[in-house]
Amino acid sequence: MAEQTSLDATPQTQVAPTARKIRVLVAKPGLDGHDRGAKVIARALRDGGMEVIYTGIRQTPAMIVEAAIQEDVDAILLSILSGAHMAIFPKIMDLLRGQGATDILVMAGGILPDEDIPAIEAMGIKGNFGPGTSTQDIVAYVRANVPPERMAQPLPPLQTLGTPPTDATEQA
Amino acid sequence: MYDDLITRLTAGDRRALARMVSLIENGAPGSQEALARLHALGGHAHIIGVTGSPGAGKSTLVMQLVRELRRRAARVAIIAVDPTSPFTGGAILGDRIRMQDIGGDPNVYIRSMASRGSVGGLSSATRDAVRVLDAAAFDHIIIETVGAGQAEVEIVRAAQSIVVVTVPGMGDDIQALKAGILEIADCFCVNKADRPGADGAVAELRMLLSLDTGRDKAAWKPPIVKTIAATGEGVPALADALANHIAFLRASGQLVERGERQARSEILALLYQALLARVDATIGPDRFAAVVREVAARENDPYSAARAMEQQLGL
Repeated sequence: MAEQTSLDATPQTQVAPTARKIRVLVAKPGLDGHDRGAKVIARALRDGGMEVIYTGIRQTPAMIVEAAIQEDVDAILLSILSGAHMAIFPKIMDLLRGQGATDILVMAGGILPDEDIPAIEAMGIKGNFGPGTSTQDIVAYVRANVPPERMAQPLPPLQTLGTPPTDATEQA
Repeated sequence: MYDDLITRLTAGDRRALARMVSLIENGAPGSQEALARLHALGGHAHIIGVTGSPGAGKSTLVMQLVRELRRRAARVAIIAVDPTSPFTGGAILGDRIRMQDIGGDPNVYIRSMASRGSVGGLSSATRDAVRVLDAAAFDHIIIETVGAGQAEVEIVRAAQSIVVVTVPGMGDDIQALKAGILEIADCFCVNKADRPGADGAVAELRMLLSLDTGRDKAAWKPPIVKTIAATGEGVPALADALANHIAFLRASGQLVERGERQARSEILALLYQALLARVDATIGPDRFAAVVREVAARENDPYSAARAMEQQLGL
C-alpha cells in the first residue's frame, strides 16, 4: 500500500509547470506538392521553441481554417509556390472571418510576385516571405507579432455555432 | 470565469472547445475552477488510448478507427501527442497529416498536443484535455500517445481501454517479454498485417498472453486483432473489440475501479504538487539547496533532513 502510494504520488509527469507556447499551423494550400520549404520553416519554428502543427500538402482553404480552429493556433503560415495565391488567400481569410477567428496572425511565404504583395497585404496577410528570407527572420517575426495577451481575450461570437467551414459555401 | 466558454463548448462550439484546451494546457488563471465545473459535466465518454512504437501506424489506425466509429454514428475526439524537443522546447505535431480524411467532419475534433517535458507518452495536460472533451459530450475520446517503447505506460492513468499497436518484425519475443507496455494492453493490434510475419507476431503475442499468470483468471483476455490501417482492413473488428471491452468493464464493475484508480493518482499528484509548493514557500529553495548539499556531503542524512522539514511544515 505504502509503496503504491509513493509511486502514484510521484508520476513522471511532474516536471515543470506548463508555459505558454506559441502554436503555429504551417499549411500548404493548393495543388503544388513541393513542401521542402514548408518543412524547413516548420523545423526552424520548432527550434525557436514553438509548437508547429504541420498539415501536409494539398490543403483546401476549409481544411486549413478547420485545422487552425481545432488546434487554436496563434498563427498560420501559408506556403505556396503554385501561383494560385490570389485565388486561395481570399477564401482562407473569408472563412477565418466567418469563424470569428480574426485574432489569428496569418502569414504567407513562397513565390509571391511583387505586384501581388499590396493586394495580399490588403487582405490582412502579413510577412510575405519570399525566396532568400532567413528562417531566423521568420521565427523572430512570429515571436514579435503574436500578441502575448491573445489567450485572455474573449472569443468573438460565432455567426453559425460550431459549423465547420466548407469550401463550397465560399465559391461565390 | 470562463462561463461563456463552458456554455459554448457544451453546445458544440469548436472554437470555444479549442480555446478551453489551450487555457488548460497553459495553466491559465482560473483554469482549475473551470476544470472543476467540466469534471462535473463529464463521465460519459469511452476513453481509448492508442500506444505503440514510432512508425507502427498509430495515426493512420486512429484515423480508420474514427471513420469506423463515425459509421456507427458516434461523435469522436482525438488527442494526438507528439514529443517536445528536450533541447529547444519546440515541437512538430504531424499526426494531422494522416487524419485529413476526417478533419472536416463536424462530429470529429482533432487536437495535437506536445508532450512538453513529460515522459511516459502523454503530456501533463492530457487528462485535463480529456476532461474538456468529455464535457463536450463526445462519445469516444481517443488518445494517441507519443511513439512509445517498452515502459511508457502513463496512458493507463488516462484511458479506459488501451490498444497496443505492434507490427510484424519488431524483434524477437524477448522484446515483447520485457515489462510494461504489453501488460497494459486491453487489446493488441498487429498492424501492417499484409507484411510477412504477421501470423507469427500474432502467435507470439498469444503465447506471451498464455504465460501471463499475473492476469486474474476472471479478467478480460485481450484480443489480438490484425489490421491493415492503410486500407482499413480489420478496423471494424478493432472497433468491436473496444466495444466489447467497455461493456466488460461496465458489467464487471472494473470501470468504476479504473476510474477510482485514476482519480486517486490524480489527487495524489496534486497533493504532491501542493506539498512541493509549500516546501518552496516555507523552507525556500536556498535553504532546501543547503540541506541537499549537507546530505550529499554526509554532514546530515536524508531521513533526519526530511523529518526536520516535516516539523517545519507542521506535518
